[in-house]
Amino acid sequence: AEMAAARLSGTENRLVSLPLSRIRVIMKSSPEVSSINQDALFLTAKATELFVQYLATYSYKHGRGKEKNALTYTDLSHTAEECETFQFLADILPKKILASKYLKMLEKEKRDGEMREDDGGEEEEDEDEA
Amino acid sequence: LPDGVNISKEARSAISRAASVFVLYATSCANNFAMKGKRKTLNAGDVLSAMEEMEFQRFVAPLKESLEVYRREQKGKKEARKDKDKKADSEEQDKSREEDNDDDDERMEEEEQNDEDEVDN
Repeated sequence: AEMAAARLSGTENRLVSLPLSRIRVIMKSSPEVSSINQDALFLTAKATELFVQYLATYSYKHGRGKEKNALTYTDLSHTAEECETFQFLADILPKKILASKYLKMLEKEKRDGEMREDDGGEEEEDEDEA
Repeated sequence: LPDGVNISKEARSAISRAASVFVLYATSCANNFAMKGKRKTLNAGDVLSAMEEMEFQRFVAPLKESLEVYRREQKGKKEARKDKDKKADSEEQDKSREEDNDDDDERMEEEEQNDEDEVDN
């Protein structure tokens, strides 16, 4: 048993690769949580490791990055948007949009708002492409 | 991922953020189970229940396996201390526990672990 434990705690074969102390800090930042049992801490760390593997491989498999042998941000963002299991990530992995497109969207919203208020004759500013 | 696949800085940073969000989500979910059980301390069962709730059932079996190994490892550390006790005082088991000096480091480690369960907030 000792030998097995020694093998496991060697750098290459650690039981979990994420630092428990860091995981603990994040868990404790949750206001409703008072205390965390050692086993629970370990399981959370291990689960996070499995999650990262799952997210990465899923995104790679279903993404276009693999055409260039890469895992890209866009692959991850697509996964968050399209796969229900990963939807909780949608807010932190937003789709990227060209600044020019976004500015046009803002302009359109502004115009729609003004039309509803019957406010005609406003000069439109020149659009600047970002 | 297959060998040689590049992961952009942006993707790495995104995965890191995703991992943090996952921990928070899992903790919150596990905590709900603890509260249902009128407990203040999150335990292993709560985390496993949280995984099912979050639709990561696929993690449950490998997590249970890892937990076994982890528990054996932790127990192994305890046993190692007990064995040292036995060696220090060959046949008389009761005296040896008091007189132990060599294992202060290991003992401190265990005390640290116990402290982690206390309330910090």
